Amino acid sequence: MSGPPRIEIRGARVVDPASGRDAPGSIFIAEGLIAGVGQAPDGFRADETIDAAGLVACPGLVDLSVRLREPGYEYRATLESEMKAAVAGGVTTLACPPDTDPPLDEPGLVEMLKRRAASLERARVYPLGALTVGLKGQRLAEMAELTEAGCVGFFQGQAPLPETSTLLEAMRYASSFGYTVWLRPEDPALAAGGVAHEGEVATRLGLAPIPVIAETIAIRTIVELAMHTGARVHLARLSSAAGAVLVAEAKSRGVPITCDVGIHHLHLCDRDIGEFDSSCRLVPPLRSPADRERLRRALAEGVIDAVCSDHAPVDEDAKQVPFAEAEPGATGLELLLPLTLQWGSECGLAPAQALARVTSDAARVLGVAAGSLVPGVAADICLYDPKASWVVQPQALASQGKNTPFNGYELTGRVVRTIVGGRTVHAS
Amino acid sequence: MNPRRSLQVGPDGKLRHLLTTEGLPAEMIRHILDTADQFVSVSEREVKKVPVLRGKSIFNVFFENSTRTRTTFEIAAKRLSADVINLNVGASSTSKGETLLDTVYNLQAMDADMFVVRHSQSGAPHLIARHVKPGVAVINAGDGRHAHPTQGLLDMYTIRHYKKDFSALTVAIVGDVLHSRVARSQIFALKTLGVPDLRVIGPKTLLPAEVERLGVRVFQDMSAGLKGCDVVIMLRLQNERMNGALLPSAGEFFKCYGLTAQKLALAKPDAIVMHPGPMNRGVEIDSTVADGRQSVILPQVTFGIAVRMAVMSMLGAP
Repeated sequence: MSGPPRIEIRGARVVDPASGRDAPGSIFIAEGLIAGVGQAPDGFRADETIDAAGLVACPGLVDLSVRLREPGYEYRATLESEMKAAVAGGVTTLACPPDTDPPLDEPGLVEMLKRRAASLERARVYPLGALTVGLKGQRLAEMAELTEAGCVGFFQGQAPLPETSTLLEAMRYASSFGYTVWLRPEDPALAAGGVAHEGEVATRLGLAPIPVIAETIAIRTIVELAMHTGARVHLARLSSAAGAVLVAEAKSRGVPITCDVGIHHLHLCDRDIGEFDSSCRLVPPLRSPADRERLRRALAEGVIDAVCSDHAPVDEDAKQVPFAEAEPGATGLELLLPLTLQWGSECGLAPAQALARVTSDAARVLGVAAGSLVPGVAADICLYDPKASWVVQPQALASQGKNTPFNGYELTGRVVRTIVGGRTVHAS
Repeated sequence: MNPRRSLQVGPDGKLRHLLTTEGLPAEMIRHILDTADQFVSVSEREVKKVPVLRGKSIFNVFFENSTRTRTTFEIAAKRLSADVINLNVGASSTSKGETLLDTVYNLQAMDADMFVVRHSQSGAPHLIARHVKPGVAVINAGDGRHAHPTQGLLDMYTIRHYKKDFSALTVAIVGDVLHSRVARSQIFALKTLGVPDLRVIGPKTLLPAEVERLGVRVFQDMSAGLKGCDVVIMLRLQNERMNGALLPSAGEFFKCYGLTAQKLALAKPDAIVMHPGPMNRGVEIDSTVADGRQSVILPQVTFGIAVRMAVMSMLGAP
């Protein structure tokens, strides 16, 4: 009989945010599932033992925004390259936005993506369906069909939704079935043409600004509509202090809302644009140092539920143009873990608290059974060396996207092994 | 978190490119103005030519059309005996699919020594400067809303010529600061040179966010803003600004922010009036002021040649 091997991961510091566990011990894996943590299940005999002394074992990371660039943008990245990057970064579950070409607005596209991703046997892929056909912001996509095909939510991506009436109907319709509507809060008219945070840096550099009110007005509208329709809403990529305050208010009133922040926005601000550094051309824009501080705190307090890589591989040519013309986005999958750990330690959080935002909390947002080491769940595990320091060298990244503002930074925490469903899918 | 290194000033303290007046040390600005002093006399000679850049090739690459600015650079280069090649790249080249950098690499392959670049996107000259071969210099001749450093410097030359000392001056910049690369270049240079009272005057729709963080005092009321000024700099209001939601009409703009003799009387009696050109008479400035005794608008143009000669000679001389 040749089922998946029974594995004991021995000697690791096991950090499981879902259960609050942070203690040395073993993890026992059988049939691709967690069979036990700490104590071996009755009669457990390991076929394979992994010595993890000095390492941390945590649930595989759950990343809420990873652009795999297929279909349509294979010159930027491929499923092959990005799935490799995911597991190299310890990410075992990821949500991909629908802004491919064509967008994910048809069940066939979603099924094909899921099938191709599954055949690579690396991370688990959960597509977000297009909220509107072609992301054009007019006709609703077939949400029930798309859900059946495997979509876990509906997202407009970075495409604008110009009419509030369309948003109202989309949320009303989604709420009929309990689907989650993902929205990046930005008033399209107020943000039109903008490429940088409205403030001193944009003023100095003469870059077209995006004001904070583009975000706050959108959040107010979305919150009103969420209360009115009862739709479950996820706000993607918060960027401002004022936005975080509004989300906290809405949550305290019981509005069914969750939100996330991109990892870049926890560490960088508009000043990092320096002399027009196009690797800092991101959507939403990097905002002021005060905004960054508030976002860091809001994530620590749980006002912001999760942090994601907002992984967006961009080809070099699309960045070697004037700042405003540069394709927005940065590679992030392989930086998510160390940057999250850095944020956590700088905020004085225990590793379990920091890791919760990229594991159990992110899984809760996504509504999937992942991000924990509870017996019975799939054995998706990230083993990392918490002391290993390394310098970000774009050419050494597995992702085809080499563009990152963290080029040359020294980070601490390196993934050593990634396990999905009890199988090692990455080892360094 | 990123170290902010300067592209335009080398580790040796020498000017490598001229991209912006922001961060240019005061000593460097004074050196440019002093060098320009020498070139003013060249332009007054019978034979208006010196052999400083003989054998050098200067490419005027204008991605955004401007006959006037291009001409002043051309004259400056020719008076330095350089070979000048003018290219109006316009928007057509990029629509043919050639990237900005490909255009630059092609011209570099023709052995350019210096690029004078105008582009509609802020930061385009920085991008070029980052990619040219060592020894090839880039002069920003205006990029988006960002900078127009030679204009800023010729304005400094003009102010120094008439007012000698910057350390006791009150200077007002009036009008569309939001879209003005000229205003930004003036503000950075004036602050570096130590102007204690720098003001911007305009409606809130034409002032960029947090402009006060640049060290200026902000006025909406032009009369209050002009009081006691030694220098009044008027900005050009482009026609397209009058059609959107930024302003109701050119007439109303003139009423509130146009410079008339009556308003100018609020400034010091010996105040000078400047304008980067081209002027919109009756929109931002009244003809009696533009042509009046306090106007130094035409000397600005003359000094502009000398200042551009100074910058080119510093960048191009071995």
